[in-house]
Amino acid sequence: MKTVTLPVGYMPLVDAAPLIIAHEMGLGRAEGIELDLIPAPSWSSVRDMLAFGRVDAAHLLSPLPVAMALGLGGVTQPISAVSVLSVNGNVIGVGRALEDRLRAAGYGFDFRDPYTAATALAAVADRPLVFGVPFPFSMHVELLHHWRRATALSGIEMEVRTIPPPLMAQALAQGDVDAFCVGEPWGSASVESQAGALLLPGSAIWAFSPEKVLAVRTEWAETEPHLLGKLMRAVWRAGRWLSAPESRTAAAEILARDTYLDLPSELIDRALSGRLTISGHAEQREVPGFLEFHNGAAGFPWRSQAKWIAERLAARNGLDPKVAAGAAAQVFRSDIYRSHLAGTRADLPGASEKVEGAIRQATPVASQTGGLSLLPDMFFDGHVFDPDRVLRTKN
Amino acid sequence: MADPLTIVVVEEDRERAIGIVDALHASGSYEVHVLGNVSSVARKIAALAPDVVLIDIDNPTRDMLEELTLASGPMERPVAMFVSGAAGDLAKSAIEAGLSAYVVDGMQPDRLKPVLDAAIARFEMVRQMRRELAETKRALEERKVIDRAKGLLMKARGVEEEEAYALLRKAAMDQGRRVAEVAEALVTASGLLS
Repeated sequence: MKTVTLPVGYMPLVDAAPLIIAHEMGLGRAEGIELDLIPAPSWSSVRDMLAFGRVDAAHLLSPLPVAMALGLGGVTQPISAVSVLSVNGNVIGVGRALEDRLRAAGYGFDFRDPYTAATALAAVADRPLVFGVPFPFSMHVELLHHWRRATALSGIEMEVRTIPPPLMAQALAQGDVDAFCVGEPWGSASVESQAGALLLPGSAIWAFSPEKVLAVRTEWAETEPHLLGKLMRAVWRAGRWLSAPESRTAAAEILARDTYLDLPSELIDRALSGRLTISGHAEQREVPGFLEFHNGAAGFPWRSQAKWIAERLAARNGLDPKVAAGAAAQVFRSDIYRSHLAGTRADLPGASEKVEGAIRQATPVASQTGGLSLLPDMFFDGHVFDPDRVLRTKN
Repeated sequence: MADPLTIVVVEEDRERAIGIVDALHASGSYEVHVLGNVSSVARKIAALAPDVVLIDIDNPTRDMLEELTLASGPMERPVAMFVSGAAGDLAKSAIEAGLSAYVVDGMQPDRLKPVLDAAIARFEMVRQMRRELAETKRALEERKVIDRAKGLLMKARGVEEEEAYALLRKAAMDQGRRVAEVAEALVTASGLLS
């Protein structure tokens, strides 16, 4: 079989694992493609490499292609999110100064309750709180805003500022930011470097948030459907492999290599196992579902997820919410996911949209083979997002 | 005659920054500012309100500039990256040269072209130099490792330098690997054994 090489852009993060594993475990080769993984120094770079054709596929923040479809940011090339690469995996943390004040005020760092964390934080903040995030269009930003809206944080001034995670420790030390929301390994790295302590996992805000997507140019998806199918199947198998507990050690070792994250594998294992060290005092917290690659149809790009993101972006940027939801629904390609994964053992949901935030416990749903259960996807404040109330769409 | 364009160059390396500024001045009359300190780059740019921002594609602080693409107040101007069709080809060659440019929305492509042509040429030259430097460094590193491996072999086997190298080369050929890789493996292994 002739092997085709596919250039794929990514940021060196734990949640790039499905792409790295697809390559390292030979899952791409089994499909007749060779993944040429190209690390990028910034999300803008990943986006530009994809938009301008340097790579054919990319690991992207889920809100980024939605923002592009809404005309936000500089580049507006039509991009399709053909699958969700990872669900959850972010952490919210504070710098040392805030950590000390929170401890002095008796806060227990339970790493679970967004209400008590917000109340404690609002009580010790003596000036506007500045949160560092990796990118203006990111789940990090959405989680922070959602957290703020429903808690005591709404009573204080708060600013969200973009800081590349490798510079977060420096920004904390210089007082440019007070706190942060980042993806792993950067949360654990900040704990290791004594720069800060972790307050909440992202999953405490929204239990099933689409974090990264596999993105391609829409025009490429149309002209190269066979290559895309091979890539998607290889990535889906990588996600399934990653979800097996016995894969964890090997996965951490592979990601740790200097070609990828170039960090101790123990640091990477924290996100994969959901057992995090949250402070320099060696406090351990366990978070089930901290980072999910496969279970609960994690890879399925729900159009309702895209609409939720679009509604938030539209509200903050003064866009028409109906137009935004309509444009966003075209970005998350549940149609492509269904057609390309049909030949695998992926159990595909019958619907393309769900009411986000309505699943309180693992729930069996209509699917191709009838064995699919969706996992809890609640927001901590009971928020429910019904995509039909924004705009009715077919498919 | 329109006012001269205001251009901000984000570059930490002083020498490189001077090179870019010189190249820009040689191509036209511009007001050029250089930002070297990476922290709070976005705020400083907002204060200068430039027409064009030039930054190395490999610079991680680029993501901080993305905030500028969202006009959040009446005083701020929306910044786009290569919006118009005419700039499309320019965008491609800029990205290949390792340059990214942020341009104020609605700026005329004919005013932009000379700026980018000059910057792209400069960036290409620097990129070439960087590649050569990396290549030279790697060659030097490899020679050091090969010399160490040769030394180890000479001691362990009691052979002359030439024969030691022949042994390394033969092992490399038999295993289908580069001599430097075999040397590296030997040095690492002997470090563990001693």
